[in-house]
Amino acid sequence: MEPSTQKLIHTFGALADLGQEVASAGDFNEMVRTSLHLLLGTLALRRGAVAECVDEGKLHGVAVWGLDDGLLTKFSICDADKTELRESQQTLLVLEDKNSFLDRHRDTLASEGIELAVPMIVRDELTGFVLLGGKASRESFSADDFETIRAMVRHIGVGIHTHRLIEQVAQRAEENRRLYEELRAIYRDTVRAFAAAIDIKDKYTQGHSERVGRYSEIIARELGWGEDEVEGIQIAGYLHDVGKLVVDRNIINAPYHIDAKQSSELNRHPVAGYEILSPINHPYADIPLMAKYHHERLDGRGYPDGLVDEQIPLGAKIVSLADSFDAMTTDRPYRRRRSFEDVVRDLRQNTGKQFDGKVVIAFARALLKEVTGEAKERRIIKMLGKGYLDGEQVPTLLSDLISELSSAQSNAATSS
Amino acid sequence: MDTATSVRSHCVGTTAVVYASDYLNKLTGEKIERECRRQLDSGCRALVIDFADTQLVNSIGISILLGIIDIAEKNNAQVVFADVNNQTVELFKMLGLTRHVALAKDEEEALSTLSGFNPTPITH
Repeated sequence: MEPSTQKLIHTFGALADLGQEVASAGDFNEMVRTSLHLLLGTLALRRGAVAECVDEGKLHGVAVWGLDDGLLTKFSICDADKTELRESQQTLLVLEDKNSFLDRHRDTLASEGIELAVPMIVRDELTGFVLLGGKASRESFSADDFETIRAMVRHIGVGIHTHRLIEQVAQRAEENRRLYEELRAIYRDTVRAFAAAIDIKDKYTQGHSERVGRYSEIIARELGWGEDEVEGIQIAGYLHDVGKLVVDRNIINAPYHIDAKQSSELNRHPVAGYEILSPINHPYADIPLMAKYHHERLDGRGYPDGLVDEQIPLGAKIVSLADSFDAMTTDRPYRRRRSFEDVVRDLRQNTGKQFDGKVVIAFARALLKEVTGEAKERRIIKMLGKGYLDGEQVPTLLSDLISELSSAQSNAATSS
Repeated sequence: MDTATSVRSHCVGTTAVVYASDYLNKLTGEKIERECRRQLDSGCRALVIDFADTQLVNSIGISILLGIIDIAEKNNAQVVFADVNNQTVELFKMLGLTRHVALAKDEEEALSTLSGFNPTPITH
């Protein structure tokens, strides 16, 4: 084979490898190191460095081969250098050449055996330098060598530039993510404060919205919802009674059963809540709808729209159960809270009429896990307060409820 | 024979014989370089790199071989490339590697070439 043909094949092979290396998504330093090896090996050069411009004209050696690391601490770039390189458009500097840039740096570079300084200019920006020297053949660099070096350095420069761009984009994305997280945290805190404000209006149900939010979250988690959806339903729980802000305080706080007119006034609160929440751009879906429909029932006897089963969003069904459960298990002005046995009886009787079976099962399952110690945290038990679930029959009540509702669900599925 | 690295090597007196693999690229080249450094650090005064199994040497392989030559020169050690195939010999000649290393037909010839070499002892 003719030496020129062999050299061409060797160079092509290196260029192909370099292209692959620069395009790879692997470790940046390793990519630059390999690229330098490819360049040095193509022309059999004994020393070289790929140096990146960092702050204040300093150069950082990303890859150095056959050179003293100290070279790059001595070789730094001033503004005049940058201007000269940009204006002269020189793509390769031979140390023997005459120009003011080389006059400033010749001694430093020559002291380490560097013969060529190749600026990496990408999009008019000086990214760094490739420094080369020590041809193993001891021959001078040919015009072909210069072309090969220019082509390979362009690849390396683009690789470094692209990597830095990706780094900047990733940094921005991370900053945005952090800002978004902060905004979400502010939103959650605001919503919780708002929920507390709603509950303050009703002196008998303080903490109700917060508990409904937590019960809803627990149910959604048990149903296997994703993290964002779980957060969303928790917010919906916190805000489900926001419409009560427009209801007369005397009706909310009436220490007796209210009359039909007062009841109608009170029943405005889901729609009022929807109207308050709709103009807000919530980070979670359907929060206004969950507030609007949390008093709907599966049998169509709920309000405000008398929707039936599948017309009611699942989120609203969850908030509805959380709301009713909290109402049953907390003292009200006109009654004491109900025993747990009584609450389970109510759930059994009203599943399919007021409550959705799979939502009740999920809640019972979450509670059973807490009662039996399977769950790490005892969040429901804590909300219900000390002593409420102490009865030995509690696990059985829950297990029976789950199995009864589960078989009812399978029977319904079979018959349909 | 040393099997601590995946590169085969053995010592004949103060000469280390290191065997290159079938394709001398970044991965295998770096292993050979590490092994050569180790041998020089442990007192070897000459290196024979045996290319009997080597079909191809790419650019990175060339660069790494030049690095080995540099290290050997700094240690005042001689390097002989043995059993290099014709295509690779042409490549080494074209790129000027043969100005820095001797070529030998095989390991035996490499070792006998080196027996006439009398390196200056290294003092640490």
